[in-house]
Formats: sequence, C-alpha cells, structure tokens
Amino acid sequence: MEITNQDFSNLLQYIFMGIQRGSIYALAAMGFNIIYNSTGVINFAQGEFVVYGGLMMVSLTMTMNLPVPVAFFFTVLFVMLIGILMERLTINTVKSPTVLRLVIITIGVSIFLEGIAMVSWGKNSHVLRHFSSSETFEVFGAMILPQTLWIIGILVFIALGFILFFNYTMTGKCMRACSINRDAARLVGINDRKMVMISFALSAGIGAIAGIIITPIIQMDYGRGTMLAIKGFGAAVVGGLGNSVGAIFAGILIGIIEAFGAGYISSHYMDAIALFFMLIVLFVKPSGIFGSSEASKLKEF
Amino acid sequence: MLRLVNVNSYYGLVHVLKNVSLHVNKGETVTLIGANGAGKSTTLRLISGLQSVKGGEVTFEGKDISRISAEKLVKLGIAHVPENRQIFRPMTVIENLELGGYLLYKENGKKELGKTIDEMFARFPILKERENQLAGTLSGGEQQMLAIAMALMCRPRLLLLDEPSMGLAPLIVKEIFNIINELKDQGDLTVLLVEQNANAALKIADRGYVMETGKIIIEEDAEALMKNQEVKRAYLGHDKREMWEK
Repeated sequence: MEITNQDFSNLLQYIFMGIQRGSIYALAAMGFNIIYNSTGVINFAQGEFVVYGGLMMVSLTMTMNLPVPVAFFFTVLFVMLIGILMERLTINTVKSPTVLRLVIITIGVSIFLEGIAMVSWGKNSHVLRHFSSSETFEVFGAMILPQTLWIIGILVFIALGFILFFNYTMTGKCMRACSINRDAARLVGINDRKMVMISFALSAGIGAIAGIIITPIIQMDYGRGTMLAIKGFGAAVVGGLGNSVGAIFAGILIGIIEAFGAGYISSHYMDAIALFFMLIVLFVKPSGIFGSSEASKLKEF
Repeated sequence: MLRLVNVNSYYGLVHVLKNVSLHVNKGETVTLIGANGAGKSTTLRLISGLQSVKGGEVTFEGKDISRISAEKLVKLGIAHVPENRQIFRPMTVIENLELGGYLLYKENGKKELGKTIDEMFARFPILKERENQLAGTLSGGEQQMLAIAMALMCRPRLLLLDEPSMGLAPLIVKEIFNIINELKDQGDLTVLLVEQNANAALKIADRGYVMETGKIIIEEDAEALMKNQEVKRAYLGHDKREMWEK
C-alpha cells in the first residue's frame, strides 16, 4: 500500500490530537501521584479538581471578564483551596485512616463536589475562549490549534516545575521523605499531616491547570470529572503508580492510542479503546509499564 | 532527664510493655538489653512518640511528653535512631543530612544547615566521600553512620539508639561503638542505647536495664551487670562450661 501525503497528514493530526488529550491525562495522573505518594491513597476526586478548574475559569473570564492570566491565577488558587478544605475536613479528621476508608471518602467527596458543580454552574456545557487565536494553522497538512501548543507548553512547564520542586526545595524533599518512610520523616521533625495537606493543595492546583487549559477545546460540564479521573488514573497506573515521569509518558500514550482509535476505527469507541488498553496493562504488568514490580510489592495498595 | 514511670503500651490487644519504669540522668549512657521481642524497641518508640502510651507517665526534663507527637519531640531535643537504619534510601546522602537538619533549617536558615552538615562530614569523613551517592547504595556500616549523623543534625540532648550494631560485621560494630563513645565524651549528650549485643553495649554504658517479655527485670551498674550470672547466661554468651563448673 502506498503511503500518500493525505495519510501522513492524518497520522500527524491524530498524534497532535493525542498529545493534546494525553497532556490532560498526564496532568491528572501527576495529581493522583502526588496524593498517592503522600498517603498511599488514590484520590477519586481528582477529576473534580479538573472540572472546577475549567468551570471557575469560565466564570472568571467569560462572565466577569477578567484577563486570562489573572483568572488563571485565581482559579488555581480557588481549586487549591478546595483541595486543602477537602483534606482538612475529610481526610485529616479520620481517626484510624486505612487505605480503603480514605478511598471511599474520596469517592464521596467526588460525588459531593460534582453535585455542587451541577447546582452552581448548571448542567449545560460551558465554552471558554482560546488563550490566543482559535484559528488553526497547518503543519504538513495537519491542522493544529494554537491552544494545543499552549497545552503542551504548560505541561512541559509544570513537569519542570515539578522536578525542581521535589528535588531542590526543602518542602519537596520533605514530601518525598514522607512518602519513602513516614516514621523516619516524623523522627527528623517533619509534620506528616501538613505534608499531606500540601500534597492535596498541589494536586488540586495541577488538576485545576489541566481543567483550565483543556476547556477551550472540549467544553467543560459538571459531569466530566469521572471520565477524566478514570483516564488520569489509567495513566497513573500505566506509568507505574507514584512515578510522575512515567505518568507523563503514559498519559500521552493513552491520549495517542485514544486518538488513533477515534481516527482509524471509530470515534464512538474512543473511551473504550483507552480503557481497554489500561485493562491490558493491568492484566499483563500490573505494576505499570514504567513501574518497578519490586516497589509495588511493598506498597499497600 | 528522662523518666518513665509504670508505663504500659499495646499493639492492638497485645500488651507489650507492662509497667515499665526507667530513668536516664543527664550525661549518662544507659543501655537497655534483652532478647528479641522483649519490648526494647517499643520502649524507644514510646519515648520518641511513635508508639502511644497507655497509662503511666513519661517525662523529659520535668515535662510530661506522653501525649506529644513525634515531630514535636524532636524540637524538644530528643533524637531517635530507629532500628534497621531508617534512612531515606532513594535519596542522596546529602539530602538525607539536609532532612535530618529540617528543624535547624526551619529555625536558623540555610547557612546554619550547611555548617552543621560540614560538622557531620568532619566527624564522618566517609559520608563526605559518598555525598552524592544514593543512601540505599551505602554499606550497612555507612548507612548506620548516616542514620546517626542524621539524628545529630538537629543537635539533640537525648539520643535514642536502637540496635546500631544490627547486621554489621564485628569490626564495623566496634567502629560504631567508638563513635558513640566519642559523642558521649565530647558533648553533653545523653544516650539511651538498645542493644542485643549486650557485651558491646555494657562496655560503653554507665548503667543498664535488662528487659524480658515487656518487663524490666534487672537494673544495675554496667559493671555489675556484666558480672551478673543471670545476665551472663542469657545475654553475654559466656562459655557454658565455665558456668557449670562454678
């Protein structure tokens, strides 16, 4: 079969589509990982952070007409506050926290937040202006939105910030220390509960950013959280739970697989293909593609 | 300096510490010896706040500390080196030391932290050589030294050492004990040492307690303990014949 120019531009188009969606999964997965590393728990309200980020941004820019950078800042702050409140009110107050109890709590919080979002923003989808122009430009026949570049740029920026934070700041090191050995961390005077709170704040912040940057493309509504959370969770699992570099690659991989599925098979099966891929990974290598199986044996969950 | 009076503790329903009372005076080195599962490590965990106290009182410099959490106790000047060398293995040696000095950094800033790390490097030159290596790749003895250095980073007045000799070659054990001895001579450091290697521990200690199944059964000067028949038979492993013949 001859490969025509058209085929090539389609391929390129799907890859860009995949990276764009995958970046969101990657960010959601990073959010999962931060909380997983500090508590050993999967926070199923992660998807809600993304939704709140998107919806709040819509309110601030479209209704209140704030400029994008200002709205961006306040939206992230707002969602981080939700994250902190969630930790202080529901996670921190649990008397004998077991992984299962905490997971159920996060599911409860997720349903609660979804309900609040429905009441405050309504059931319809919300449109958000693109950050810059919404005119596509052409690269080798593939049509690309400037927003896609924003998404990729912001993902790279966050990933770098992530690396700097966890390797070069005392707070970042303390958070790593807590995830490696909590008792030892307490013995050097680190307040582990505070680190858990910070991890919820960070994770909510990253979720919010994901929501803000994707909303111009997918249009946000209150019920998107669950699907985003599942895909993000998939990326976290495929990348090896707790491994953030793995999460970024896995997120983009899932995005690309999804885009290929939508492009070459049928867009109706888009979600199914991504979840099918995640199931296969769980069957074949439960520790994830980038995870070490030895480390996962030592984890509770 | 440190005083435990009739302290009890449980793991779930298991009663692990039964009316344990002990005290450590300022500047003393006290050792707690006993077999596996006697409750030695639990006693240390209880002092440093990792294990909850049920009944009885724990005071440090006259202050009740039985309800204070582990991370706050460090601030009061209690450093605990837990058993099995609880260092942060996937992090580098210098990062481990920085974390050890977390409180110092919070209170006195980066400069003081750097200075104290240099002090530790001067005391443990081997750690300087391994500065950027991951802590998990160090040898057992080096890891133990790192664990001790980490505990010293926050300038404790009471050092709780849990089995520093565990799983180490005899020569290394000797080195570690020399270091403990030096530490004791140099500063106004008080040491509570938990050991299975009773011989080595009693040599550097002033006083000792013997624990058995959650109770303290003997308290005596280190020298007297070394001569104690019961202790000799159970923990020092002297030649059996020597004892039969007596």
